[in-house]
Amino acid sequence: METRVKFKCLAIAAATAALLNPAQAQISDNAVRIGVLTDLSGVYSDVSGKGTVVATQMAIDDFVAKERPSFKVEMVSADHQNKGDIAANKAREWFEREKVDVASELVTTSVALAVQKIAKEKNRIALISGAASTRVTNEDCNDVTVHWTYDTYAVANGTAKAVTKTGGKKWFFLTADYAFGHSLEKDAMEVVKANGGEVVGSVRHPFPGSDFSSFLLKAQSSGAQIIGLANAGGDTINSIKQAAEFGVTPKQSLAGLLMFITDVHSLGLKVTQNMYLTEGFYWNLNDETRAWSKRFFDQHKRMPTMVQAGQYSAVMHYLKAVKAVGTDDTAKVMAQMRKTPVNDFFAKNGTIREDGRMVHDMYLLQVKKPAESTVPWDYYHVRATIPAAEAFQPLAASKCPLVAKK
Amino acid sequence: MTLFGISSQALFGQLLLGLINGSFYAVLSLGLAVIFGLLNIINFSHGALYMIGAFVALLGLEHLGMNYWAALVAAPVVVGLLGVLIERTMLKHLYKLDHLYGLLLTFGLALIAEGVFRYYFGVSGSSYAPPEELQGGVDLGFMFMPLYRGWVVLASLAVCLATWYVIERTPLGATLRAATERPLLVQALGINVPVLVTATYGVGVALAAFAGVLAAPVIQVNPVMGSNLIIVVFAVVVIGGMGSIAGSIVTGLGLGLVEGLTKVVYPEASAVVIFVIMIVVLLFRPAGLFGKQA
Repeated sequence: METRVKFKCLAIAAATAALLNPAQAQISDNAVRIGVLTDLSGVYSDVSGKGTVVATQMAIDDFVAKERPSFKVEMVSADHQNKGDIAANKAREWFEREKVDVASELVTTSVALAVQKIAKEKNRIALISGAASTRVTNEDCNDVTVHWTYDTYAVANGTAKAVTKTGGKKWFFLTADYAFGHSLEKDAMEVVKANGGEVVGSVRHPFPGSDFSSFLLKAQSSGAQIIGLANAGGDTINSIKQAAEFGVTPKQSLAGLLMFITDVHSLGLKVTQNMYLTEGFYWNLNDETRAWSKRFFDQHKRMPTMVQAGQYSAVMHYLKAVKAVGTDDTAKVMAQMRKTPVNDFFAKNGTIREDGRMVHDMYLLQVKKPAESTVPWDYYHVRATIPAAEAFQPLAASKCPLVAKK
Repeated sequence: MTLFGISSQALFGQLLLGLINGSFYAVLSLGLAVIFGLLNIINFSHGALYMIGAFVALLGLEHLGMNYWAALVAAPVVVGLLGVLIERTMLKHLYKLDHLYGLLLTFGLALIAEGVFRYYFGVSGSSYAPPEELQGGVDLGFMFMPLYRGWVVLASLAVCLATWYVIERTPLGATLRAATERPLLVQALGINVPVLVTATYGVGVALAAFAGVLAAPVIQVNPVMGSNLIIVVFAVVVIGGMGSIAGSIVTGLGLGLVEGLTKVVYPEASAVVIFVIMIVVLLFRPAGLFGKQA
């Protein structure tokens, strides 16, 4: 009799303990580990790079200070050198051995595609901020990946539509000859044609390049009004610089289909003035963005790019979701992240769709003339806010199997 | 008028642009050829020194108000002295060893230099404006030719010819060549060979810095500008024949033209055409077009 009572007591105690303390037990080794896998040394290191590590640390510090979580939050970072295989190996090592819960940033399409696949295989989360290709949320989509900041559709759509509608009907494309460039070119061409424009030619240049004069000469003789630059980073910078040198501009106008504030900063306003571009974030939008960006500037000595601001937003959203569900279980955290709208300095009422696309407002910007810029890094006029619903590829056009199933 | 379905206008334009790029290849490969031909060092830091040359111009302008023409003199001097320092403290210990050691050392130095500049300046770099006298351009009928690019061709050709003349046609050049062939004998004649060697390395890398200043107004000055170019320049040197002074000049210009033509016909191949030529040349003339057959 006595043993039976003892057994009952023990059973009740065990059951109560299990009921009362579910959250603590479910965060693996009571720590959430965020991996920042980015380009720390190559062509995209200004756009993402160390700045995204700074942004991640800011997100973690802010989260810990404000939310006082019962678990630890740690960050690891690594340089993927823009190579898919290096990124894949690192992500595997992080997931398998270092108990990393989420791989984030992942600039460069090849890196993003490789890591999102491994995240699925290992049932961890991939938060993509820097990579551009729409493939992430189309052919290659999965239910553990979120594409946060922008994609080729969003930036091409914004700029190409605005320029075509304001009279730039005849386009010539200067395209970087790799997956990203092709994707950007295709997205932009469709927008140009859909808005009554015409594509008079295109040329593909080797990546990376430093001399674009030959290609610009072709663009010059094509009779196009607008030269669409379907490239990025140093290629875009040198294209713009040399277009001015060869007298291509201002007779013909350039449209940078993927440009960042760091590109404008390095070229200066004299050569970039009046160019249109589309970004997901600009530091000088409102008091909230200015306040955050100033804190970022104090640490990094440069204003944030959209990739860096988006990285903060993504990490913060993830950490809040972990706290809310009390676990770092992938499915539960993903469900919570989808359920909760993103509301911070970066996005207002942003939502994560079933294809993994975080949709939020984008901004159509025009580069200021040198005389119009009043403070350092004051580079843009905000010409339009492109509402979330229009900014990204509509779900109806999605090639993502997760969407098609519905 | 069209030739092979290509308008002559486009053809002339691209050939001229090819000549401009070829000028850069020529100056850079000339520096490499001088260093290899006379010192037997495969100078992998050449691209980094070219980048440093451009940065000397940029930083000189920003901090000291040094104009382009002053930079064209100052950068080669600064980088040349840096070269002397590298040669005296590091390279001189490697002459008796296999070529590979020099290559590894200079490659390591290039990585360090790039890393340091990237840390301080980021990868996007900065713009350097052409000097006022050379802004604008002339309409040649078939293309708009920026004055600055014309200057690049002239300056490069002048420097290349002068270097060739000094090495191949003057007593100093003769001594230099003798010192590399028979160092002990030359030393016995009372000539300070180590100083000659150091000076040669200094001049070789000064050529890289000169090319760097020439390039600054044309391409964005950034820490990776050298590594983008150095592989092509090595291919040029290999095609021309390692160590051949005249070979590197002629091949540099010639390959610039070939690359320009490729951009008219099939732009996607323009990045690989030089390497295809390199393979073909190595198959049939392993010592290069102008190299002495071993």
